Amino acid sequence: MIPVSWYLVLTLFLFAIGAFGFIARRNVIIMLMCIEIMLNAVNVTLVALGRGLAHTTAHVLVFFIIAVAAAEAAIGLALVVLLFKKTREIHMDEFRTLKG
Amino acid sequence: MEGLLPKIVFIYLAVVLVVTSLLVVTNRNAVHAVLWMLVMFLHQAVLFITLDAEFLAAVQIIVYAGAVLVLFLFVVYMINLRTELKIHNFTVFWPAALFVSVALVILAAQALKDFRAPQPVGDMTPEAIAKVGHAKLLGKALFTEHILSFETVGVLLLVAVLGAVVLTRRIRMIRGEGL
Repeated sequence: MIPVSWYLVLTLFLFAIGAFGFIARRNVIIMLMCIEIMLNAVNVTLVALGRGLAHTTAHVLVFFIIAVAAAEAAIGLALVVLLFKKTREIHMDEFRTLKG
Repeated sequence: MEGLLPKIVFIYLAVVLVVTSLLVVTNRNAVHAVLWMLVMFLHQAVLFITLDAEFLAAVQIIVYAGAVLVLFLFVVYMINLRTELKIHNFTVFWPAALFVSVALVILAAQALKDFRAPQPVGDMTPEAIAKVGHAKLLGKALFTEHILSFETVGVLLLVAVLGAVVLTRRIRMIRGEGL
């Protein structure tokens, strides 16, 4: 079988790519997609470690993470639509109203 | 010889996952990014299957590829920015973001150096999965040990749906009053 550490290295790279995209991209929709990439990297980590430990809790946790990610995507995209309706803009560096 | 095929499959999946996630991050066109993400999620479902988690693979395809990505695609179509293809898609401080990501990889790789494979302690062994199935094992744990969390997640999904409806509805009412 494939060693667990291979999965950990792969998910480390996936998480780093998602984090880079979240910090560096301007488009809010792509930023939400980068959050999904990071969540998926964590999911693969949990399943790999759960297989290594032969424990069900990791799999249950992944199940819950998928549910929470779906809720987060719904709310986040609703906020994006709201933001676009109000300002006609979805680029994150254009929003300066919170700066005061 | 039989140990070689899973490794080839894993390396293929790893390469595709990394390349598609890089394409998602760097793509100018949001529709293309969503479609690359679909490829990524399908390959990730196969990765779950290589980890004996076939129920989670099915959930991954149904929830992520089926529901979440369609939601993303609808929003991308609603917010159709033609100018997006011409302007730069990274913020001015993207080198700093690159530095942070590379530093994260280096630090976590240092931590992973001492990683030792864990000993199996639970009851979800490959033999048990082959005998009774992954979905049954997961369902048994879900509906006995984690039933309270399960109910809470149901309430959370309800709140998310209501929140999405309320958020997108309020602006129409304000606009109606304003007119």
